[in-house]
Amino acid sequence: MTNAIGPDTETTDRKRENLLALLNDVQRKNGYLSKEELEAVSQSVGLPLSEVYSVSSFYSFLTKKPMGKHVIRVCQSLPCYMKNSQMIVETISAHLGVSPGQTSADGLFSVELVNCIGACDEAPAMLVDNKLHGHLTPEEIVRVLDSYK
Amino acid sequence: MQVTNQTIVLKNCGTIDPGELGTYLDTDGFKALAKARDHMSPESVIEEIKASGLKGRGGAGFSCGLKWELAYQNPGEEKFLICNADESEVGTFKDRYILEKDPYSVIEGMAIAAYAIGAKTAYLYLRAEYAYIMETLSQALEQVASRKLITDLEFRIQLGAGAYICGEESALMNSLEGRRGDARLKPPFPVDKGLWDEPTIINNVETLVNVPAIILKGAQWFNQIGTEQSKGTKVFSVSGDVQKPGVYELPMGTPLSALLEMAGASDIKAVQVGGASGRIVPWTELDMPLSFESILGSGAVVVFNRTRDIIDLNLQNIRFLAEESCGQCTPCREGLEVMLEIFTRLGNMEGQSEDIQVLEDLSEVMTTSSICGLGQAAPIPIVDSMQHFRSEYDDRISKSALIRKTSMIR
Repeated sequence: MTNAIGPDTETTDRKRENLLALLNDVQRKNGYLSKEELEAVSQSVGLPLSEVYSVSSFYSFLTKKPMGKHVIRVCQSLPCYMKNSQMIVETISAHLGVSPGQTSADGLFSVELVNCIGACDEAPAMLVDNKLHGHLTPEEIVRVLDSYK
Repeated sequence: MQVTNQTIVLKNCGTIDPGELGTYLDTDGFKALAKARDHMSPESVIEEIKASGLKGRGGAGFSCGLKWELAYQNPGEEKFLICNADESEVGTFKDRYILEKDPYSVIEGMAIAAYAIGAKTAYLYLRAEYAYIMETLSQALEQVASRKLITDLEFRIQLGAGAYICGEESALMNSLEGRRGDARLKPPFPVDKGLWDEPTIINNVETLVNVPAIILKGAQWFNQIGTEQSKGTKVFSVSGDVQKPGVYELPMGTPLSALLEMAGASDIKAVQVGGASGRIVPWTELDMPLSFESILGSGAVVVFNRTRDIIDLNLQNIRFLAEESCGQCTPCREGLEVMLEIFTRLGNMEGQSEDIQVLEDLSEVMTTSSICGLGQAAPIPIVDSMQHFRSEYDDRISKSALIRKTSMIR
């Protein structure tokens, strides 16, 4: 029993050790975790759907709703906040018409507010998919967004 | 940005090519592993690290050698070595820097640690936000494997999925096991019952990068640097109201004021050292040394100038912690929600006179009864800021009362 708190759901059988990697894979390929995919994963690791659902709901990069082709993650933590991260949100909203938690009508971009992405020396910063963009200005943000179109 | 007067950890950053193993080998790369594996027993490797005084660089500051010794001695079917690359503490980016520019030192440090404790599997848990470093790491591992520099250790890189709490060692292990990243009660500690209940070592990236240098140059060389309780150097991540944000490697014990001067800080109101729940140092106490016995944490240094509102800064940190709480235990989960509600009202000029007492009471409960460090440490900046900037809180509360009174009259 490795969980100090909570129901004893299984033994120390290691069949579930690939669960996070599997969920990351589905998220990466499909842009979200559909019920069908979650069922397939739960079959594959031999765990109840509820357990797989529970794990997937814990992590902020795993989503149940489809995301846009490109996910913009704007850092809202203290060092970026101090360097006006709000400007990034406003610039993106003005340029794409998308606010945090939304996806653009053309399905190209989703915007999320996230916590410290470890780019505090380049604040204010954002991630677009797996690419870090720091030292952002309104002009630079527009340039980055346009490069994806 | 680096300071070159004493670089151990950042020695290769910017001078070797992270994509080319040969450039690492040219600077004594993998000589430490060869020395440890071919000329030293696991016990003597552990003794050397113990004698060096190396303590964890992730924030907890536990004796590295002692941890290794316990894992080595404890019975188990197999042992595990985990490199904690889930750097998510607010204001901390030193590990990002190291992983990008000198992945080989991390790999060599991991291999020596695994040798010392008898682990055959080594994990590197990389936060999802650093996925762009995955390629550098995998290619580095491939080159190391193709040159047969490490043959008896299986490396696995596990990518996280966006959860600050997974940087806490017990939550990290739960995540590696394919579970929710809930924290575990300790004891038992990972060296006793860790990953899959086996003896496990979790070391921070920066901690591991110190290991090859200590093995090559010796414990005596290392423990001449720093202070009585804090040996060696520390890599600081400096950001906020400074002209030159970046990483700085300095001997332990360096005064905070010296670091602030290098980073070009002026007109300072306060500095937060150690992350979202780090200590708040007022401008009157900036000569404080940076060390475990004084003030350190992850080495994140966020500088606030005189235009900054201390209450607003606390609100931002509390919002972060409330969101990142794993949610298991009531003191942390509910306590942070209440703190968030209070700081939000204070920010909106809706403070109440009892807010201070509630914050004080909550702080005590959370510190004593939260399962892990997230809840235990969350009150620290609040307690510090109430001690050093109490007038701002009182002012906010009296202004709030005045606004209520004024709007009632109308």
